[in-house]
Amino acid sequence: MTLSSKVLIVDYGTGNLNSIKRILDRSKIHSIISSQAKDVLSADKIILPGVGHFGKAMANLKQLDLVGALNEVVMIRRKPVLGVCLGMQLMALRSQEGDADGLGWLDAETVRFDISDRQRYKVPHVGWNQVSIKKNSSLMSGVQDLSEFYFAHSYYLRMNDPSDVLNETTYETTFTSAIEKDNIFGVQYHPEKSHDVGVRLITNFAAI
Amino acid sequence: MFRPRIIPVLLLRDRVLVKSIGFKDHRYIGDPINAVRIFNDLKADELIFLDIEASKNDRLVSLDFVKDVGEEARMPFGVGGGIRSIQDIKAITNAGAEKVVINTCAGQNPDFIRHAAETFGSTTIVVCIDVKKKLFGGQRIWVLNGRVPTKFAPVDFAKLMEENGAGELIVQSVERDGTMQGYDVELIRSVSSAVSIPVIALGGAGTCEHFGDAYRNGRASALAAGSLFVYQNKKRGVLINYPDKNERMVESF
Repeated sequence: MTLSSKVLIVDYGTGNLNSIKRILDRSKIHSIISSQAKDVLSADKIILPGVGHFGKAMANLKQLDLVGALNEVVMIRRKPVLGVCLGMQLMALRSQEGDADGLGWLDAETVRFDISDRQRYKVPHVGWNQVSIKKNSSLMSGVQDLSEFYFAHSYYLRMNDPSDVLNETTYETTFTSAIEKDNIFGVQYHPEKSHDVGVRLITNFAAI
Repeated sequence: MFRPRIIPVLLLRDRVLVKSIGFKDHRYIGDPINAVRIFNDLKADELIFLDIEASKNDRLVSLDFVKDVGEEARMPFGVGGGIRSIQDIKAITNAGAEKVVINTCAGQNPDFIRHAAETFGSTTIVVCIDVKKKLFGGQRIWVLNGRVPTKFAPVDFAKLMEENGAGELIVQSVERDGTMQGYDVELIRSVSSAVSIPVIALGGAGTCEHFGDAYRNGRASALAAGSLFVYQNKKRGVLINYPDKNERMVESF
């Protein structure tokens, strides 16, 4: 990585971004937090975090005039992007949450958990769960198969193209817990809250 | 495989850790940030901090404290203490907490939880239900650190909180607090069976077998404790501790 390489953490008004930045800082990786389109356009890599409501998050991105800049950097310039939790879900075509359109970078929909055993499998799915690695990826370098990551979500991505699936996790049903399609990466779990293995994943992304 | 979380609940008074018995007799435990470092090394699943005097003194938990925890914690953490407004929640999450824990304001103004969940998403909003018997009659929800009863029965209140959008419920038995004699499994089961959001059991855990009881019989999604993680054993010599990776597996408790 060159000294000028810069990771941009997109601030669009959802939740805490400092924990991701702190991990990058500790690993001596240059990053900034910004909600400005010009910073998105000058970034080498993008992290799209997010907690909260899909419809509101999309509305925030539009209001901040970030959708065009994100499309430019991710879909035309093909810079690496990592979506975290809701940040990954936003890459879908649509979501059931708020019945809203997403960024449309992935052939996928965001759907709510449909649980049969509601006594055992509560929604939101909150806690530590294993991820199985479905394909080779530099994002998962040094991450053991079936490592535990921290999850907190009620919706997940339903992928139409199985070749985009990077991780799967089982919570009664087996769902896609990470994706990789060309320069587009996404994790449903929170690497920034998943101890050493999460730090590894974030630094892997920065080194792509 | 999904497994229930095991969560240390750390009580704060004037930015120091204390531990109570039955919400009384608070004993000094130590420095909270030092505890976070130890729980990092022990790879704790999650931490919860509760400022037990914030609501009584009509103030919010210290945001500097939340920032300090956020600087250190390598796991998710929730913070409670004196939360009364959307602005309070914003300040706490911006300071670095994943979740806020709300007790008094939820009991006094249940609609607040609806506004909070709509603004921040359900996964951010945890309602702490403190349950104690009334002198005459059944169990009720208490607020202001167990000082003031509400009209709500536990199951009714839990359903109302779910309906209003809470992401998780902590179900705490005030009478069991600090006893290390086991959870009120009947209470936990009654609440957990009535809602489809995760229930965190709290109050009374003294051994890992108690976790198994609350998980299997109480149907809790997560197992929280105070004394168990700050005391060496039932003689209560202070020692921050946490089960290792194998002891955290469901099969072992």
